[in-house]
Amino acid sequence: MIETDNLTKTYGNVTAVEDLTLRVDEGEVFGFLGPNGAGKTTTVRVLTCLISKTSGEASIADYEVGNSADCQNIRKLIGLVPDNVGLYEDLSAYRNLDFYGRLYECPEAQRRERIEYFLKMLELWDVRDRAVRTFSRGMKQKLAIVRALIHDPQVLFLDEPTANLDPQFQKTVRDFILELKHEKRTIFLNTHNLDEAQRICDRIGILNTQLVAEGTPGQLMTSLEGRKTEVQLQQVTPAVTRALERLGLRYVVANGNTVVIDVNDPETENPGIAEAIVAAGGRVQFVTEKRASLEEVYLKLVREER
Amino acid sequence: MKLWKSWAIARKDFATFRTKRYIIYALVVPPLLMSIGLPTLIWLGFGSAPIPASQVPAAISALNHGLDSFSFLFVIIAGVLPISIGAYSIVGEKLEKTLEPLLATPTTDGEILLGKVIAAFLPSVIATYAGAVIFMALMNAATSTKLGYVYFPNWTIAAILLITVPLISILSTEFNVIISARVSDIRAAQQFGALITLPLGALFVATEVAFVSLTPASVAIVSAIILVIDVLLFFLSRATFRREEILTKWK
Repeated sequence: MIETDNLTKTYGNVTAVEDLTLRVDEGEVFGFLGPNGAGKTTTVRVLTCLISKTSGEASIADYEVGNSADCQNIRKLIGLVPDNVGLYEDLSAYRNLDFYGRLYECPEAQRRERIEYFLKMLELWDVRDRAVRTFSRGMKQKLAIVRALIHDPQVLFLDEPTANLDPQFQKTVRDFILELKHEKRTIFLNTHNLDEAQRICDRIGILNTQLVAEGTPGQLMTSLEGRKTEVQLQQVTPAVTRALERLGLRYVVANGNTVVIDVNDPETENPGIAEAIVAAGGRVQFVTEKRASLEEVYLKLVREER
Repeated sequence: MKLWKSWAIARKDFATFRTKRYIIYALVVPPLLMSIGLPTLIWLGFGSAPIPASQVPAAISALNHGLDSFSFLFVIIAGVLPISIGAYSIVGEKLEKTLEPLLATPTTDGEILLGKVIAAFLPSVIATYAGAVIFMALMNAATSTKLGYVYFPNWTIAAILLITVPLISILSTEFNVIISARVSDIRAAQQFGALITLPLGALFVATEVAFVSLTPASVAIVSAIILVIDVLLFFLSRATFRREEILTKWK
């Protein structure tokens, strides 16, 4: 659905995005992480035909980004929630949505139906005639998301949709994004919120001008230190450690009662490990998979790049 | 070009302008001042004291010339009124962060610019016409007894109001929209936009020193020139509208 190939964008001597190659499939939620100034917003602006690319290729649904005729088709296919919500503060919520519905060429009946559907879904229907300037930040954010959906786009670009929202509104917006995911829309999500990315995204790309890592949240989390199994025992005895050594495993003992073991394939190795520990007289309390958190992976990759 | 999209943009702008007091004042105050102030001046100058019989022809001639000159002031008003709205058009969207979602819609530069032109043009022309109607009514009341006939409406002011005023309003609007797309704050846009009044002022002076006589024919010639400039300015505004520059270079 979204493809880039060595996409590069420079502003004068400053390179905002360099050689970005990625692919986002239809119905996928792709999270784009990166520090401030990493090029996330620039990437979204290029992909949404707001600014030109310097070199490389990009396409959405086989329409070429940068080709002016194709850009008109791309704009019909996509919805954008920019980092600043950009609503007309003096107009009512309904008027804002109706205006964009017209520009997206939605027939009047469909426009009315969709405005009512989304405003009711996000509990904004009762305030539809109020000027947007009277709305809270969370209400504006929800309204901006509805605006991006008014023409039923296949692809949605969300730039920091939960930034500056309180936890309750963050959850509302996140739940709404999950609803959209279930509707099989392709979602390109720029975010600083690692927890959000981990919960919502099918795949994640970490950008720091260049793409430094890409994969499912699980792949990224195991990429840092490999896979590990953590076994908590009543007590780690010499017999237990000898049993692990006999299996040829690398391990460390933590807190006197926990062993953290490097494994390649925990699904096949863990039963043997548990058996060996029990046979050595160890009393197993918990067996869990130990992973680096997405935050650890992100921080390590971003620091390495610097 | 889908004209209904331009109309949607213009309607949205009308609704926004209604909430901006400075735009309302900028639209209402100048024509009102002129339409009430000028007849008051005439009434104070000619209204009360009787004119000696020997001076009547000269006084009437001076009055005729003054009334024609005042008529031309509506051309200047039509050039001045779009400054506030036109200056707001693009830079206002940028400052209120609404430009990015607007540019992300399948709307062409031409459709956006035409919408902005309509949004500035219609209120300006309506305000100019409203001012002109009040002006003509009060001026007739102030002068008809001296002149012995009702001066307004006449062919000169008809040509000015029906041809020159809309054309000059379009010219000023386009000029201000172009300026608005090139500068990064509303005040700068208004200051640059006000440059449009200089050639109009020069034209007014030319009529005053009888370098250009104000007749329906001369008004038609001036209007034809303005029409050509209007068309050129529209194409220029499209050619100089740089989405990327507006989005990335303005703070």
